[in-house]
Amino acid sequence: MSHLATSGTGDSTGSTLPEPDRRSPNDGPRRKARGSLTRSDARAGLTLISPTLIIVIFMVVLPILWTVMLAFRPLSLLNLATSGLLGTDFTLDNFQTVVTESGFAGSLLTTLVYSVLGTASAIGLGLVAALAVRRAFPGRTFVRAAMLLPYVAPVVAAAFVWRTMLDPQFGIVNHWGGRLLGWDDPIAFLSQRSSEVSLLGLNFSLPTALLSVIAFEAWRSFPFAFLFLTARLQAVPATLEEAARVDGATPSQRFRHVLLPQLLPTIAVLAILRFIWTFNSFDDIYLLTGGGAGTEVVSVRVFNYLTARGDIGLASAQALVLAAILAVLVGLYLKRFAPQEEKT
Amino acid sequence: MATQVRQRPAPEPRVAPATPRWNRDAVENRVFGGLRWIVIAGLLVVTLFPFYYMGLLSVRALDEVIQDPGGLWVSPSELNFDTYTSVLSSPDSGGQGFLVFMRNSALVAFGTVALTLLVALPGAYAVSRLEFFGRRQISTLFLAVYLFPSILLAVPLFVAFTRLGQRGTLLGLLVVYVSQIVAVSIYMLRNYFDTIPVSLEESAALDGCSRLGIMWRISLPLAMPAIVANALFVFMIAWNEFLFALLFLVEVRDKWTVSLGLSQLAGSIEIPTTVLMAGSVILTVPIIVIFFAAERLLTEGLTAGAEKG
Repeated sequence: MSHLATSGTGDSTGSTLPEPDRRSPNDGPRRKARGSLTRSDARAGLTLISPTLIIVIFMVVLPILWTVMLAFRPLSLLNLATSGLLGTDFTLDNFQTVVTESGFAGSLLTTLVYSVLGTASAIGLGLVAALAVRRAFPGRTFVRAAMLLPYVAPVVAAAFVWRTMLDPQFGIVNHWGGRLLGWDDPIAFLSQRSSEVSLLGLNFSLPTALLSVIAFEAWRSFPFAFLFLTARLQAVPATLEEAARVDGATPSQRFRHVLLPQLLPTIAVLAILRFIWTFNSFDDIYLLTGGGAGTEVVSVRVFNYLTARGDIGLASAQALVLAAILAVLVGLYLKRFAPQEEKT
Repeated sequence: MATQVRQRPAPEPRVAPATPRWNRDAVENRVFGGLRWIVIAGLLVVTLFPFYYMGLLSVRALDEVIQDPGGLWVSPSELNFDTYTSVLSSPDSGGQGFLVFMRNSALVAFGTVALTLLVALPGAYAVSRLEFFGRRQISTLFLAVYLFPSILLAVPLFVAFTRLGQRGTLLGLLVVYVSQIVAVSIYMLRNYFDTIPVSLEESAALDGCSRLGIMWRISLPLAMPAIVANALFVFMIAWNEFLFALLFLVEVRDKWTVSLGLSQLAGSIEIPTTVLMAGSVILTVPIIVIFFAAERLLTEGLTAGAEKG
């Protein structure tokens, strides 16, 4: 680190480097100081970033590359001790199993439904909340803070409370639902695959457990959308709405034609981010249903293959397929939004 | 200006008859004005009720809960805090040992905060201020790490730690947490460093301050709000984390974190729900306290990038 300490005063090294703009008369000492800083910046920068880089490479990048190798090997937890870490027994069997097995495709479909509905309802709820608390009223600070609680609270505690509330025997939802909304039998929200509902003479079945976990996901992540949309709403120039009001636009028209166009870029970013996170999410579903009753998303499935079956190869292959789909999404996100980020 | 506005009503009837338009506006104003309060009240109930219910069940006696599952309050005479002593005391004396879990969670969370900041602060400064080879690629890599699924990482780390015999140690978990969080941390801190005017650093350089001196004397003190917010943010992530704690520590009860302990005990029939609710309260309260104490700092940190877009 010694070169850092001398970088500010390094005149001797500075003079040997050909730098034409240093000779211009009107930027004397200032340019000099900056010039010598810039030269050592490259080294200083790499030195400062290297601890992070080392951790990320060894704990994230290399393990992910290693997963790619694991996915092509017939490896289980049982023969892990005897087989080498970098074996050469590569085979396509795992991927063949993933593709041909019916379970994975169904799991992927569940993940997709869960992510799309979870994302949409979280953003919708967040938007409604952001619009509702937009104008000042007494206690708004408290309301805002309170609405962020589901997002910051520990997922294990939140899931446990929800499980207790939705319990068919002594859950409060079934108790009051039976009294106030008049359903006869307690509903097993988290362990029932589907339930028949008749509405206006039509009978159709709803995936009960899947809808329950989607509701939980919406509850837990709408504050995130709320936070971003509130911040964006505050940045909308008041004159825009004022002008629309003067021109006689009603509240719904002002929202549709003035606010919504302003919010759309933020909603797009939110949709992609939330979709990525919901697509990966493991905790919520594992804690609520354990992946039962038609809620087995891919990440829970990978976990079960890894721990219960100890099939490392198959778990890796499934995780990789999940990641490949995500890589496309992350790529999309980076391509669209990262350049903007760099400019600011 | 005022005269111009006054002249304007003239073209209005041409667009639409004045009366119906005024009506729609009035109706909408009234409907949305009322709806707004219903929405606020509804959202408050939906967000707060689970937490209220958590606290409520933790102080009610179990047989009362079973007799009257719909009860929404508890009279002061029926308050029952035995659940807390039961959940905190060690398994030897018939409790659930949450005190040990809290110690583990605190160790891991504080360790993660310290180590993450130690690594991320210089890194964030470098990414924000210094031009070096591969800077853009590194930023992109960190963002990608932030967005990638933890389950993908769970497989190789689980396998490697099993092979190395490092499963069941808090240190192993801590290293995994740091590696997961450091990218986000740099991303947040970098955004803040970007807002500090370079001219301040330049004048320090003029006065003969070295790059390290500039960092230490100028940039770090100025970035203090962001550093505190980031530390709290990291603490909350580490305290709440579940997947890696489950993968690494599940076999060693002495090493369980509060999250893991609660999730593991929640499946057992022998432990009363009210006792576990007390455990949930213990798990949740530190987070709520931190959050309300630093709400402004945290929300500003979280939305730092939002207002630009």
